[in-house]
Amino acid sequence: MKAPAFDYVRVDSVEAALSLLKTHGDDARILAGGQTMMAALNMRLSSPALLVDISAIDALRQIRLNDGVLRIGAMVTHSEIEASDIVRRQAPLLSMAVTHIAHKAIRNRGTWGGSLAYADPAAEWPACVIALNATLIAQGPGGLRKIPAQSFYLDLYTTALNPNEILVDVEIPVGDRQQVVAFDEISRRHGDYAITGVAASAQRNGETLNNPRLVFFAVANTPFQATKAEAALHGKAPTVPVVDAAVAALAAELEPIADLTSSSATKRHLAGVLLRRAVKALASTN
Amino acid sequence: MTIKKSIQVTVNGERLNREIEPRTHLVDFLRESVGLKGSHLGCEHGVCGACTVRLNGQIVRGCLVLAVQADGGSVDTVEGLSRQGVLADLQEAFLKHNALQCGFCTPGMLMAAADVVQHNPRANRQQVREAISSNYCRCTGYHAIVDAICSVLAKRAQEVA
Repeated sequence: MKAPAFDYVRVDSVEAALSLLKTHGDDARILAGGQTMMAALNMRLSSPALLVDISAIDALRQIRLNDGVLRIGAMVTHSEIEASDIVRRQAPLLSMAVTHIAHKAIRNRGTWGGSLAYADPAAEWPACVIALNATLIAQGPGGLRKIPAQSFYLDLYTTALNPNEILVDVEIPVGDRQQVVAFDEISRRHGDYAITGVAASAQRNGETLNNPRLVFFAVANTPFQATKAEAALHGKAPTVPVVDAAVAALAAELEPIADLTSSSATKRHLAGVLLRRAVKALASTN
Repeated sequence: MTIKKSIQVTVNGERLNREIEPRTHLVDFLRESVGLKGSHLGCEHGVCGACTVRLNGQIVRGCLVLAVQADGGSVDTVEGLSRQGVLADLQEAFLKHNALQCGFCTPGMLMAAADVVQHNPRANRQQVREAISSNYCRCTGYHAIVDAICSVLAKRAQEVA
């Protein structure tokens, strides 16, 4: 179908975008890479009066590293993350995850910040930022506000962003030499939405995994951090009984939401499979 | 009532000025305003890949980009790339390998295939399959398309060696 009529403004600063949001309120929508928004408009699921295109704001398109913090601006595209050597070296979890995001033609347009703020429960980036203990930075009329990734996702397509705020930047702590990461997902075909996926990190000391983070996606309304499974792994070498206990803990704490193709039981089973794979990867990667 | 916007876009090397509604996506612009019917519209919500074109050198879903977003940029379509080089080689290979039947997906498939040949010239069969997993074909079963793309990759690798 064709999108309903709307007006369009391309802005070159966050301030200009915020000012348009203030003037137009609910009638205005922020347009980032548009890879979800355009589909929603074409299907007439959304009918804003004004699209405010922030994708050309240079200040939001930077990947920078200083003082042990990797900063990825909201309008960096998935493809730019895929091609970034800094990301590969400093936050390899993101390089592992990015090829699972749709297809190249979509990754060329879709943005890091757009995906994070849209909060699709099957999306890869929200789970990654929680696994990496990142901080999301919103800009509103009062200035900048820092929101820990762990408290950013509130419900289905619902985040801690206020209607008058825009996600502008993400800070990822890097440089922990003990940190190991793993990413995996199961989908019907390459590039499809995940049936179940996991983003994981831990500090590895010898054979011991400390402070593991296991964040599952496509199983709940928001990314699901499996704290009980994490506790079962923390401070131990991932031997068979330890991993079995973690899988059992996960099965007990996870109540997956079924989707069109996979039942809750299937997803719970697959989450356990992914937990085993992730822990194996955490224990063996260099 | 929507006010039309004027945009300047270079399409297949030719600079064009047009007045369009902001809601017009890139492929409607190409087909209806520019008259280039090579880029097809299948699902119109980013799933099928029939609308794949190049915007500023990168393949995109033409139905998920607004024409106003292409203002100041350059677009390449199947029409503009067919005379020689990668796309001409691919077209020949598609014919030879029977990699099309109804042909609806072919322009988008060729654009996706050309992207692999150019950016990943040593792609193996599995990588080719992954790369075109973005594009639906309901006739061929894909096998012949993968054969065609792999034959071009092999031929070009031989020429380089």
